[in-house]
Amino acid sequence: MLFEILKARFQQGHQTTAYPAGPPPQLSERFAGMPAIERSACHSCDGICAGLCPSRAIQRDAAGAVALDMGRCLFCNECAEACPKDAIRFTSQYQLAAAKREDLITDGVNADARLALNERAARLYGRSFALRVVSAGGCGACEADVNVLTTLTWDIGRFGLHYAASPRHADGLLLIGPVPENMAFAVKETYDAIPAPKFVIAVGACAISGGMYADHPECHAGRRPIIPIDLHIPGCPPHPLTILDGLLRFLGRISEE
Amino acid sequence: MAGQSIVLRNNQPVALTEIPRLSLDAFRAWTVSQVEAGKRLAVLCCFPQIHGFLLCAVLADDANGWLELAGAEAAQEFPSLTPQCVQAQLFEREIFETYGLRPVDHPWLKPVRFPCASHHPNHKIGEMDYFQVEGPEVHEVAVGPVHAGVIEPGHFRFQCHGERVFHLEISLGYQHRGVMQALLQASESQRRHLMETAAGDATAGHTTAYCNALDALAGRQAPARAHAIRGIALEFERIACHIGDLGAMAGDVGFLPTQAYCGRIRGAALNMTAAICGNRFSRGLIRPGGVAYDLDDAIIRHLLERLEAVRADAVSAIELLWITPSVLERFERTGVVSKEIAEEIGLVGPAARACGLNRDVRHDFARGIYQFQQIPIASVESGDVYGRAMVRWLELLRSMTFVREMLLALPDSKIMSEPGAMKPESIVVSLVEGWRGEICHIAVTDAQGELSGYKIIDPSFHNWFGLACALRDEAISDFPLCNKSFNLSYCGFDL
Ligand code: SF4
Repeated sequence: MLFEILKARFQQGHQTTAYPAGPPPQLSERFAGMPAIERSACHSCDGICAGLCPSRAIQRDAAGAVALDMGRCLFCNECAEACPKDAIRFTSQYQLAAAKREDLITDGVNADARLALNERAARLYGRSFALRVVSAGGCGACEADVNVLTTLTWDIGRFGLHYAASPRHADGLLLIGPVPENMAFAVKETYDAIPAPKFVIAVGACAISGGMYADHPECHAGRRPIIPIDLHIPGCPPHPLTILDGLLRFLGRISEE
Repeated sequence: MAGQSIVLRNNQPVALTEIPRLSLDAFRAWTVSQVEAGKRLAVLCCFPQIHGFLLCAVLADDANGWLELAGAEAAQEFPSLTPQCVQAQLFEREIFETYGLRPVDHPWLKPVRFPCASHHPNHKIGEMDYFQVEGPEVHEVAVGPVHAGVIEPGHFRFQCHGERVFHLEISLGYQHRGVMQALLQASESQRRHLMETAAGDATAGHTTAYCNALDALAGRQAPARAHAIRGIALEFERIACHIGDLGAMAGDVGFLPTQAYCGRIRGAALNMTAAICGNRFSRGLIRPGGVAYDLDDAIIRHLLERLEAVRADAVSAIELLWITPSVLERFERTGVVSKEIAEEIGLVGPAARACGLNRDVRHDFARGIYQFQQIPIASVESGDVYGRAMVRWLELLRSMTFVREMLLALPDSKIMSEPGAMKPESIVVSLVEGWRGEICHIAVTDAQGELSGYKIIDPSFHNWFGLACALRDEAISDFPLCNKSFNLSYCGFDL
């Protein structure tokens, strides 16, 4: 049996990604990352994209120019498929997290870097950060991609990051899901039970803005937030690499170009 | 029994007028007798009508591969089926909670999801009468809604005597997002995204059920290649989840090699889905009429390569379980559900197949690609954690073979069919074998051919009760292991 275990160990090999010191793992060629809006190409049609968008992530101003809110976006690519002028497209850039909610809105004009760094968090918890993960209406996908960071592919223990089993042992809360009414109390209680100073990371469109569920009377996230958010990691669900990049930039573990 | 019900195939639409309308007593008698005769209550639901409600029962005849549908009109109440038919208990509670239609003589009309707009204005999540055992040294353990790991919320109440569990009661509703309430007002693309996130780790299953239902109502067939790609996505989902769960079960018994490897291999399996559509959870792939992404030769080659690597790694990691005495000692005879109980409560999916029940939608109600390419059913008799683990292992191996064969002989056709208008005033039942078991969707159209009623039944709806049964007489410390062996969906239940 011991021999079999050793044999399996040999078969599995070394799997932990070289990132961030080395290159990140290869993503699918069809991966939809940071949206790019080509203002000059957009000819202000009737707003095909805005009408189509399932999560109402696209707003148009009086002149018809579009702005896309990554905090609501599901990265479903439907607007890009439908745009007759190819004015919206999704690039392979996986770095999407931002500290400020308004930085998630992209309109093709202010394409500045979105900063995730929180200096206070970096100073306090840059070398050791314990998160209590709470799923509040999450569908299981964000949970899976948050959880996968603990596997040996990503091994967040390398950065002193880990998920705590009790709020008392945590420095922050990682929130998933649109926070249904039925979870509002538990989310607040968990947040209150974490000793200050504490930080909240919202992972996924649902936790940031309510996503598809933003207008449901059953859900809180977005319109009636229960707790303040310090870092927004967009996606439906965000790729594990997007989550890890966000956490590392938040804590100042990698520099923001 | 002619005239009492109408016989349907999976995905066969019929006019609403063809549903026999029985008297409430006859409806009850018919449903109870069918279940006694060995059929399975796949759905008991109601649709609001202009006056009152239309109660519908769908009985699954797994052996013959057909469904029987009967209806009855009800105004405010109907005689409960539960005293004679346990499978009806949760459906009836749901009907009462959602519509206020009362099942008279239901033994215990407890809340199901505690919706905000419920017919019980004083509902507060988690507050209800729990079954309680009294006596010296009997104590109660309450766990959740928030759990220690990265999982969805739910509340568990154990009645214990020392370590021994007399009874477990599971109270859910924390994940209730109002999916069903939003569905009918939603646009087509919104509806699809609601389906994709109904149970977000079973996206391919739920979207396939939804798209098959809509396609059937519109009288359109997705092209053969699209059916094959839907099948590949569905099997990738199964492969990824089974690998992940086997790893987690290894972790729950403290066997770290398999746990560590499987967490990583699960990710590799999800990446195969991402190679098809860019998203690890097949978001945006499956659409009414077909699929949105085609596979070119380069992707097919890439997938075949990745599949071989995943297979080799999974074999090396998971076979360790079956030769390690400390693992087997914990898996065997833990969390047993007998075949009789499984049958009586209507278990589905791997949980049922682990008890020796040979039910699998891919075989019994085959649609799409499964009509042309069969997957053998994997089942064992033991009904314990070992059984559930073994079934998952056997079926994930078969799924890998299946996907490989499909990739090597992908039908040559378009991937999207022409749109068509949906038949007015019709109903269709759509079944898909998701990785947790039978996913059932029912769609109803109005006179304009628009969706006017919809019902989603995640396999978890049938199986949570099975987990409660598995815990009887077990040590409470085995709860995490038993729970993982089922790994049911909270959000798919709460919707
Ligand atoms: S990709 Fe985002 S913005 Fe575009 S349609 Fe989908 S959800 Fe809306």
